[in-house]
Amino acid sequence: MTTTPPLAFLTGDIVTDVFLGAAALFMLLAIAMFYRAIKGPTTQDRVLAVNVLGTNTVVVLALLGAGLGEPSLLDIALVYALLNFLMAVAISKFTVERGGVL
Amino acid sequence: MIETLRVGAIIVLVVLGLFFTFVSATGVLRLPDIYSRAHTASQADTLGAGFALAAVALAIGWGTTSYKTVLLLFFIFITNPTAAHAIARAADEQGIEPWTTDDDRTDRDLYEAADVEADGGVAVGGADTPGGEPE
Repeated sequence: MTTTPPLAFLTGDIVTDVFLGAAALFMLLAIAMFYRAIKGPTTQDRVLAVNVLGTNTVVVLALLGAGLGEPSLLDIALVYALLNFLMAVAISKFTVERGGVL
Repeated sequence: MIETLRVGAIIVLVVLGLFFTFVSATGVLRLPDIYSRAHTASQADTLGAGFALAAVALAIGWGTTSYKTVLLLFFIFITNPTAAHAIARAADEQGIEPWTTDDDRTDRDLYEAADVEADGGVAVGGADTPGGEPE
């Protein structure tokens, strides 16, 4: 009679499920940011909400890349993180008439 | 045994990332003004994304694709607080006052008290901003 040791369910198979489920939950948290992006009230609130949404999107892309076994999604995540940072800084500078933001 | 440890560490990191991202999302939705929202977005969200990306790096393992994840992690750790700082500083340059605990104004009131132009170029606070109707 063999007894299964504790924590025997922690095999490599469960990692895929964990990553895909976590990607779905991160997606829900990203969608929640649309409330702040629409309601505002300031322009900076909207930019901040889109920035957090973009960070969540980067994490979702990385989790999907690991969960689905497609490493090319990591490259897309890198480019997305770059564009996300540029968007936030550019709009912040654009909304101020004069004076440096950074 | 080492595989069990690795998978357990991955799950713990993913759950920690989800927790901190949930804290960040709650903060951005519920905190009273732009400065406190920028605060939670720069700290809790960076930590949540860092934990989740560390889990991805641990799952991929030592290889040619794993260094991209570590690069992404360091990039987010540097750029996310910088972006939040730029956003908060832009709000300060526009004259939006921070909310304090003995203040019963909402963020909408603070926005309208500041002399900024709304999205359509219509003046919200002051009446003498350029771009209005000619006399």
